[in-house]
Amino acid sequence: MRLRFCYTKLGKIRFTSQRDVARMWERALRRMNMPVGYSEGFNPRPLLSFGLALPTGAESRAEYVDVVVDDAAWQEAGRTTDDLPSELTGLLPEGIDVVDVEVVERQSGSLQQFVTSCSWLMEFTGVTVAGMGALIDAVLAAETIMIMRERKGRQETDDLRPSIIALGLAEGPFDQGGEAAGRGDEGSPVVVVAELATKPRGVRPVELVRAFVAVAGGAADDQSERWATLGGAAQGTPVLHRACRTQQWIQRDDVPDEAPVPSDPARGDAGAEHVLERAS
Amino acid sequence: MEPLASRMTREMSSLWNQIEPLLAQVTKPARYIGGEQGARTPTHGPESVSWLLAYPDTYEVGLPNQGLQILYEILNEQATAVAERTYAPWIDMEAAMRAAGVPLFSLENHLPAASFDVLAFNLSAELVYTNVLNMIDLAGFPLRGEDRTIDDPVVMAGGHSTFNPEPLADFVDVFVLGDGEEVVTEINDVLASFLVGGDRPRTGDPRADREALLRALTQVPGVYVPWCYEAKFARFEGEGQVGPAERLVSITPRFPGVPDRVEKRTIADLGDWPYPKEQLVPLIEVVHDRLNVELFRGCTRGCRFCQAGMITRPVRERPAEQVRTMVTDGLRRTGYDEVALTSLSSADYSGIEETVTSIIDDPACGGQVSVSLPSLRVDAFTVGTAAQIQKVRRTGLTFAPEGGTWRMRQVINKLIREEDLYAAVDAAFSQGWKRVKLYFLIGLPTETDEDTLGIVELAKQCVAIGRRYHPGVTVTASVGGFVPKVQTPFQWFGQNTIEELTRKIHLLRDAARPVRGLTIRWHDPKATAAEGIVSRGDRRMGPVIEQVWREGGTFQEWSECFALDRWLTALADHGMTLEDAVYRHRTADEVLPWDHVSAGLHRDFLWQEWQDALAEHGLEDCRWTPCYDCGACTGFGVEHVVASAVPPAGGSQGTGQDLTTGGQVPVRFLAEPPTARKERTLASVGATTTHGSSVADGGIEGQGPAGAPGAGN
Ligand code: SF4
Repeated sequence: MRLRFCYTKLGKIRFTSQRDVARMWERALRRMNMPVGYSEGFNPRPLLSFGLALPTGAESRAEYVDVVVDDAAWQEAGRTTDDLPSELTGLLPEGIDVVDVEVVERQSGSLQQFVTSCSWLMEFTGVTVAGMGALIDAVLAAETIMIMRERKGRQETDDLRPSIIALGLAEGPFDQGGEAAGRGDEGSPVVVVAELATKPRGVRPVELVRAFVAVAGGAADDQSERWATLGGAAQGTPVLHRACRTQQWIQRDDVPDEAPVPSDPARGDAGAEHVLERAS
Repeated sequence: MEPLASRMTREMSSLWNQIEPLLAQVTKPARYIGGEQGARTPTHGPESVSWLLAYPDTYEVGLPNQGLQILYEILNEQATAVAERTYAPWIDMEAAMRAAGVPLFSLENHLPAASFDVLAFNLSAELVYTNVLNMIDLAGFPLRGEDRTIDDPVVMAGGHSTFNPEPLADFVDVFVLGDGEEVVTEINDVLASFLVGGDRPRTGDPRADREALLRALTQVPGVYVPWCYEAKFARFEGEGQVGPAERLVSITPRFPGVPDRVEKRTIADLGDWPYPKEQLVPLIEVVHDRLNVELFRGCTRGCRFCQAGMITRPVRERPAEQVRTMVTDGLRRTGYDEVALTSLSSADYSGIEETVTSIIDDPACGGQVSVSLPSLRVDAFTVGTAAQIQKVRRTGLTFAPEGGTWRMRQVINKLIREEDLYAAVDAAFSQGWKRVKLYFLIGLPTETDEDTLGIVELAKQCVAIGRRYHPGVTVTASVGGFVPKVQTPFQWFGQNTIEELTRKIHLLRDAARPVRGLTIRWHDPKATAAEGIVSRGDRRMGPVIEQVWREGGTFQEWSECFALDRWLTALADHGMTLEDAVYRHRTADEVLPWDHVSAGLHRDFLWQEWQDALAEHGLEDCRWTPCYDCGACTGFGVEHVVASAVPPAGGSQGTGQDLTTGGQVPVRFLAEPPTARKERTLASVGATTTHGSSVADGGIEGQGPAGAPGAGN
């Protein structure tokens, strides 16, 4: 049996890496005596597979992990999935809350294979709401946004534009998921919502900042990964403070890849669905 | 004077809002967030003394330190103490903190270090001393003790390196020697009487108040307050002296009632201290990332180079039942799937096999638990135990023969025969291991090139043994340069020069080159020299360490940060030389900078051991044989706590020999006169033994600073 958990990564815990989170899950599952399946071979590992890696420093309200569970032992223990989220939340560090669990087909494909895009909430400083609005318009209007990046030791030029599916200003502050009424005053951080594709070329939040830098006429070869400093040097370019993945999207089988993409990131259209719902 | 007034004015609010923006700019930001499972978030108040326990290296290295975790728990259990932790911020974080004006902070409540009553360092190695200075400076209160007042934190230090406290005497107010479990609460009581409740009158002079507090602390056994002692130096122009130099002539108390000599603390029974009860589980990967349960403390194998073995005597075993409980509870609580049974030589634990088996077979451990014994003894028996516990992950095994020839191993009292090593390696390769790592020291007393090259001979044989089982086996010989450590029989020995160690490394490298499957790895001889500068230094090393730190020399244990030039310049700027500070043999009548602190070992015993080493006499483990009166038990009214009255399989030195009947291994018994001892030395197995060399007869005082006796042979 395979269980798919959805969990958050919020607050201080965001400074840990994906690998660290994997190890937290392994320990938590052992603490609750979960009959996790182990790999065969020389160095057996618990069978956990995580979805798209979340960059260290980014938060998330929608992370996923698949856990293979030994069916016989599960039945013997007489468990149901109902109490798993709360039990696991109690065993995982603060900031990691298990919000949902589903049983998925053992043979169904990996999370990484199916997720096509992610929605993000991002908080910027060093820019006004109007300035950010202009940058967003410039990005959406651009036909190509070329940036340099290093890949397997080689410098490559990439077009970011096709991977920026949707981009807009959020209604409310970051800490309330960008949803609460009332945008902050001028001078307070500006919150942006974005939908960024994961394939063929994934775009990370820091790379979106590079897109802003590029449309504002900045250097395309700044490959700094340090959030708060990136873009800060160029005049009028935003400084990324926080980023939170709010949803991960998959394409339904019967909808072609070229399906029209809504410009409103608060979607819920027919083109994509929540990762957990696919299996149910 | 209201004693609380000054403490109350200290800033006690969280710095998190200032720290958070810095974390986006640094590598491994999770080093600075705390939040480990088992971490406390204590509430500070005027009724409790606040301790900030500091480890002067990275979070990953410092977090697993069991000593620090034990004190963290014991202090937080006290009604009048709260304890938090901090580690050395890595270079990028330090730069970000200094740029933003953020001081050193605690991980639990993110409070500024200077707002604590105590900043207490764990000192496990000497090269971290520059980090100690850096952390005090980052905390933002005066670097030197003499500039501090009662309103500044008291800087303390504990751990193995405190057995020569002198190099840090200018910066650390209070050193605590030996086991910390009992003494830490006694110290807290003294601090509380000064800082809490206010029943002690203040003079109104914050400096005088601090001095009164320090003097009160000298009354706690095991506590050394360097400010209460005067170190006198005199010009020295002796034989073999290169240029004029100063020598320490005395260290004496400045006040009546301050002890002449501070003895270490020893807990009598480890069973009384089942700590840590809630080992910290970090959010990020650290070294030794597993459950650790201490099997026993102390070691009496008597390896003469080993400071840990000398200063932690006697042996105190934890009751087997308690070990099992700590393992089972610990695994259940932490979710780890690995437990290390720690000690200086875990295979020596009485009933080690039963203990290991009961853990592996315990259904509560889920069947996926692996057990590791970090310090394997060199014998086939031990490999059998290792095979039992590493059923699946047979990647590599490590042994530490330390010396390349039997003669060398007699000198250092690591009485392992070639046969023992070969049997162990054979057992390892035949049971599926493909990689064996061997640890050796070079630059040991009396070492000749034959001894050095013996390392390659041993390793070569090990490769040949492995080939019988698998064509692709590899053997790695890891070679470290020997640094003589204080409170050991080798504390008088002049360390090998950088050039001599380099020459020996080249010898080894050249000899190993034609051997397929053999790799030689070595430690940078320059770092060995720097460690030597600090290890046996006196108070004159304080300014040297300070200069190295001021020139940017933090994280000196990290090769990417280490530069010997800073150390050499600092030494020269303060009128000292490597020859005098590091390479020189100390003489019998010389005042050693650490003579006034004691790990319980009689100086006579250490000197006799030094002489026996030069005479190539081995000494048996006193756990199962008569006492040699080294002082560790006799001086403290404690004794070994060992569950088994008989040595483990493999004999008391792991040689498979019955030493008590005077087998082929030379041993000495206290009851015998020294002359009889020499006669007892029998030609050993597997290597040539040289008797009565000139070095042994004449001592080594007359030798120049060219390095080890035997250098150039
Ligand atoms: S006092 Fe005796 S029994 Fe105790 S450690 Fe020393 S030699 Fe061994």
